[in-house]
Amino acid sequence: MALDSKIPSGPMAMKWSKHKQDSKLINPKNKRKYTVLVVGSGLAGSSAAATLSELGYQVKCFCFQDSPRRAHSIAAQGGINAAKNYQNDGDSVHRLFYDTVKGGDFRAREANVHRLAEVSVNIIDQCVAQGVPFAREYGGGLANRSFGGAQVSRTFYARGQTGQQLLLGAYSALNKEINRGGVTMYPRTEMLDVVVVDGHAKGIITRNLVTGQIEAHAGDAVLLCTGGYGNVFYLSTNAMGCNVTATWRAHKKGAYFANPCYTQIHPTCIPVSGDYQSKLTLMSESLRNDGRVWVPKKAADIGKPPAQIPEADRDYYLERKYPSFGNLAPRDISSRAAKEACDEGRGVGPGGRGVYLDFAEAIQLFGQKTIAERYGNLFDMYERITGESAYKQPMRIYPAVHYTMGGLWVDYNLMSNLPGLHVLGEANFSDHGANRLGASALMQGLADGYFVIPTTIAPYLVTQNPGSITTEHPEFKKALEEANQRTRKFLGIKGKRSVDSFHRELGLLVWDKCGMARDKEGLEEALRKIPALREEFWSSVIVPGSGEACNPELEKAGRVADFMEFAELLCQDALHREESCGGHFRTEHQYPDGEAKRDDESFCYSAAWQYTGDLSKPTLNKEPLSFEEVHLSVRSYK
Amino acid sequence: MSLLNLHLKVWRQNRGHSGHFQDIEAQDIPDHASFLEMMDIVNERLIAKGEEPFAFDHDCREGICGMCSMTINGVPHGPEKATTTCQLHMRKFRTGDTIWIEPFRATAFPVIKDLVVDRGAFDRIQRAGGFVTVRTGSAPDANAILIGKEVADAAMDAAACIGCGACVAACKNASAMLFVSAKAGQLNSLPQGQPEKDRRTIAMVRQMDKEGFGNCTNHYECEAACPKEISVRWITKLNRDYAVAAVKESLIGHQERAEGGE
Repeated sequence: MALDSKIPSGPMAMKWSKHKQDSKLINPKNKRKYTVLVVGSGLAGSSAAATLSELGYQVKCFCFQDSPRRAHSIAAQGGINAAKNYQNDGDSVHRLFYDTVKGGDFRAREANVHRLAEVSVNIIDQCVAQGVPFAREYGGGLANRSFGGAQVSRTFYARGQTGQQLLLGAYSALNKEINRGGVTMYPRTEMLDVVVVDGHAKGIITRNLVTGQIEAHAGDAVLLCTGGYGNVFYLSTNAMGCNVTATWRAHKKGAYFANPCYTQIHPTCIPVSGDYQSKLTLMSESLRNDGRVWVPKKAADIGKPPAQIPEADRDYYLERKYPSFGNLAPRDISSRAAKEACDEGRGVGPGGRGVYLDFAEAIQLFGQKTIAERYGNLFDMYERITGESAYKQPMRIYPAVHYTMGGLWVDYNLMSNLPGLHVLGEANFSDHGANRLGASALMQGLADGYFVIPTTIAPYLVTQNPGSITTEHPEFKKALEEANQRTRKFLGIKGKRSVDSFHRELGLLVWDKCGMARDKEGLEEALRKIPALREEFWSSVIVPGSGEACNPELEKAGRVADFMEFAELLCQDALHREESCGGHFRTEHQYPDGEAKRDDESFCYSAAWQYTGDLSKPTLNKEPLSFEEVHLSVRSYK
Repeated sequence: MSLLNLHLKVWRQNRGHSGHFQDIEAQDIPDHASFLEMMDIVNERLIAKGEEPFAFDHDCREGICGMCSMTINGVPHGPEKATTTCQLHMRKFRTGDTIWIEPFRATAFPVIKDLVVDRGAFDRIQRAGGFVTVRTGSAPDANAILIGKEVADAAMDAAACIGCGACVAACKNASAMLFVSAKAGQLNSLPQGQPEKDRRTIAMVRQMDKEGFGNCTNHYECEAACPKEISVRWITKLNRDYAVAAVKESLIGHQERAEGGE
């Protein structure tokens, strides 16, 4: 099928205004007749549900957590970008757009990124009006800080918990609408499948995680705001519940999955300490504003206490390699540089997989009080986890899986190729290309939910007869029966191995072969092993308990079963993309100095994979990328 | 890293039934593991023996989502100050320790299963008034609302609440005053929250009462248990805001017009 990205015509800076002007409207009385199903209640989901309800649509919103406030957007620490130029340091919509396209290593769709930069300023206005307590200066204006990949200060923040504060803002807007009766909220409810009627997404199948009841919900459009698939690696900075199920199920019903191999490895996380470990903890990138990254110059020094290694014997490798961005080099570049240092035997801490992030100089310069004000909660968190104080000795950090740029393919209206199915936030693929810049995820989630979808959903809805499909339709009956069957199947295997043990094995394999560095041989090996592991899962997993009650093991089994299938597509995409770009680094494709080598001749496209019924043979559809505003160039942060 | 041998007494309960403690011997627990990772290990071993694992709530495991909710040795989130259960590490325990693990207990938080409780009451309180009525797209420029750093910082102190419910579990009256005061206090202290201040305060407090939370009798166990160190001074502010709103309401009834209006 041909991919129509529906990018509006006209000059880049005018596309969004023109599109808004040209978009069809639905009159207020008719909006009430439409039901929109919003799956997920993070920044994208909450903001979309609240705003669509304000406009008059009937909204049903679903989340698997016990409250919409707990979606994983809440864990974002550092901040949110916006082209406000409150610092008078030369920022503009164009510069944010440019930085994001370049940061994404020229693998994002320009028109989407420009729109994102445009609405970034409205997001800050909106959040402040809701009462989000952003950091402020004494004069009462908003404060900013810098983030990786930018030379201006455009990041707004609320201590080390910007994600929580923005989500609480969106959650309050959602609450306002639930209170008014426009939104019906379904907490502790997990989506199991999409229901497709005559080629359109018209509903979902859910499981009530308290009673076990499997239910059908019909709507005129479905919005997936279900986050990323980082937990395919088992260990990641994602919350334990983050999963690929919603997007994967939609993929199997016809939605294309785009660029799954673009995964972001965050450079500053607390290193792995043992095999009992369940997740990795991020230390915000904002720490790199004041912390200096180094390893010993000589491998022989790695065992020494850091204080005993003199300045002359330290290698501040980011400052050395990337003098103009230094410790604020983008995430993919910083992560690979840390891996290189450790591969050379210069890594510190248990297992030699760690580098120092040192605040000694900043503490000397600004005083411990100022540093504590800026990062106190992060230093406390670090101490709780490691038992070490970062005021007294450098932090030890190592890259970890953090975010996934790939996701379901969407057009400019955020609609997938499956009509009616819209995808927002991290769950879609559109704005970050092959690498996301820091403080841009919150921006995208809220942009999609508050400002994009409320406009772009109307052109689809006007083509639909509202409420014409109900759960009485045979497709719903069929999907319900399939979901019930699947549950019975999990419970009936009664094997020997726990769900977690499979998840851990899959994660290790994918991290090893499709992590920070990838090559043909490794990917082919993974592609041989994944189907075998999947087969073992379906024959020897054990899921205790019953389907008719709260059963966390059953929930995990469903998610891991989908990761088992998705992992194969992830590796297929990584194998097919014979170039290095952003978070996708193929060791066969690099410059002599180790930098990623893109191949614009052959790979300047988004890869949108189509499910064919055979997991080993997906069909590749390409959306060519053209760059009108930002010229394709070798990305340099030197 | 050393290994710990622990005697656990973990709460077992099915929805609508009464519960009991189950004794578990947890051997060879790495002291670097988090408390929830210890529970993972225990559960893996139960599954291997063909027994049912313990259900417990958890998600982000970095102390911000507020999902984890265990009372450990009688203290919500356990012995370490300003720390959620997921951030509590086993190095805080000694080998041979007996650890009692219970759900957050309160009438307004019914047990769903084992250590999982229903905290929907918190959501309903927030829905009653925990917002500023502002339509998407109608906001003025962010810097048009100047807010002094001191005011913004105070609002941020209140906003740090993660809605976990430890304050309720710690209180002998199962009062939700710390939670409600932090939520109302954040908005009531900011200029954006002024127009709806009275309405919000009354709505949230009444919903809190309706949910079956107890009264505050100033024991401040809530503050001691709060993983985000929310101060009980917010309760003072809520009492003040409520008094003002309630007096206005009793003297002039439900307000439809400000002074001078018709």
